[in-house]
Amino acid sequence: MKEFKGKVLCLDRSDINTDEIIPARYLTEIEKIAMKPHLLEDLTLGSFSPEKDVKDIGVVLSRENFGCGSSREHAPWALEVNGIYVVLAQSFARIFRQNMFNCGMLAIDLPQGKIDSLFEFCKQGQAFLSVDIEALKIQVEAHGRSLELSFAMSEFDKALVREGGWVEYADKNY
Amino acid sequence: MGKTISEKIFNAHLVDEPFGDVSVLRLDRVFCHEITTPTAIQDLVARGKDRVFDPDKIKAVIDHVSPAKDSKTAMQGKILRQWAERHGIKDFFDIGNNGVCHAIFPEKGFVRPGLTIIMGDSHTCTHGAFGAFAAGVGTTDLEVGILKGVCTFKNPETYRIEIKGKLSQGVYAKDIILEVIRQISVDGATNMIIEFVGNVVDEMNMDQRMTISNMAVEAGATSGICQPDMTTVEYLWPFIKDEFKSPEAALEAYSKFSSDTDAVYAKKKTIDVSLLEPVTTFGFKPDNVRLVSQMKGTRVDQVYIGSCTNGRIEDLRIAAAVLKGKKIKEGVRGIVSPATPWIFSQAIEEGLIKIFMDAGFCVTNPTCGACLGMSNGVLAEGEVAAATTNRNFNGRMGKGGMVHLMSPATAAATAIQGEITNSSLFVN
Repeated sequence: MKEFKGKVLCLDRSDINTDEIIPARYLTEIEKIAMKPHLLEDLTLGSFSPEKDVKDIGVVLSRENFGCGSSREHAPWALEVNGIYVVLAQSFARIFRQNMFNCGMLAIDLPQGKIDSLFEFCKQGQAFLSVDIEALKIQVEAHGRSLELSFAMSEFDKALVREGGWVEYADKNY
Repeated sequence: MGKTISEKIFNAHLVDEPFGDVSVLRLDRVFCHEITTPTAIQDLVARGKDRVFDPDKIKAVIDHVSPAKDSKTAMQGKILRQWAERHGIKDFFDIGNNGVCHAIFPEKGFVRPGLTIIMGDSHTCTHGAFGAFAAGVGTTDLEVGILKGVCTFKNPETYRIEIKGKLSQGVYAKDIILEVIRQISVDGATNMIIEFVGNVVDEMNMDQRMTISNMAVEAGATSGICQPDMTTVEYLWPFIKDEFKSPEAALEAYSKFSSDTDAVYAKKKTIDVSLLEPVTTFGFKPDNVRLVSQMKGTRVDQVYIGSCTNGRIEDLRIAAAVLKGKKIKEGVRGIVSPATPWIFSQAIEEGLIKIFMDAGFCVTNPTCGACLGMSNGVLAEGEVAAATTNRNFNGRMGKGGMVHLMSPATAAATAIQGEITNSSLFVN
């Protein structure tokens, strides 16, 4: 099982799509690692700079409908090869969400109030976040202050994360 | 309590409900293309599980970049080709016989009412037009589909969208689906299956139903499904005539999947399209939809007619009717890509290709290429395209490019004028 913690990257917009996460021109790559330099390359959002802002990140925080568009699993892979195993958002596109869990990673949806408070908290400075899937708690720290939030997760999603993804689970069970 | 078509298909394919809220379904078809499948194949090989659950239920095509544009795309084709060969996948469509997946698979008769279908492609929802449950999945789901013939889905909630009224001249299936997405937004149907009903859907042919089902995912839907009827049966008849005594008998068999009149829906909406005018998109989201008349004067550099949304024979007929005897505006690049070899050949026979060529269009072989900015018509930074495709994300057809989605009729009129234009200007 992966470790779910790291510095938080705030992407304060809804409908961040798969072309923005990893443009189609990189879909000709067969090795996941080739996607590493291209994560969020086409995203234009405020002062966000794909060259500077994705380094050493472990968690992405965003708004509604994250990962909409293509079915490409290259989107979670581009996150994975950059060490980002957690996306927190108000809601997700279905295929992206399933792809994350299928890869043994977390796509956690939280109600608007909690997402708002996380964005507010992260404004104070570089935040560090960790997720405990057994206790169903999210812990976030910045400048000596901390915030704890609870979240929900289905038993199936937990099983996928524990097994390290859907291929192993399915091959064992079906 | 009655059931929806999706609930009936789920029940008929249920393998397991491991945790209550998810269903593991038995798959009737696993469709594959060369972009999302090679990684699945490589992973299966690496795990020592290079097997397929049933070579007859797997159909594969090279379509996204065809012919290969470089060594990397050539390798993707090679991996798929060799895999199809070593596993005896006989329905494999390579160059010369290949077409856009969501056009060629229905055309070959692989899609039937009541089937479960997955593919590593978000527009797999297209096949819902036949009354099948068809959904796009990622590479891991595809990999498990190939290996075990199963896939998991949340138990379906259905959004019933009734489309009623009488369409005005110059308004097409594409305008309808863009209007639906405008009304319900890009995540209006997330985790739901859209069921398209109403007199307008009943009167549509299969090409038109595929256009609306194709874009269900642009509203977040898992699938976009239409009820099987005599139109469905007539389309399929050449493939099913040995299975059934008569078309009526086929319809009776397929109707067991039709939604019950007392089925329970999570959401319902009725849209009267009688007053609908041609529409197009303006921003970077498919729900950024405006009337073509409001976008008048928007200049374009390229017009693209093709794709799994609108590259079928009827789409070419409609565009050619607008273009007949006319020239596209100087400085505008016109590209038309018939979605399959059959469509291409039929378009030649009907004289449509000559009309496109006389108008100044470049006619390409069937491929997805330009739609997702991979090949055969990529935009340069700052360029604007009018396209009959399905996605207008920022940079979709090329980094820094803008895409306006529209019907083939509007695209043809736009090519002639060089700016976004209503086709009624050119058609009596």
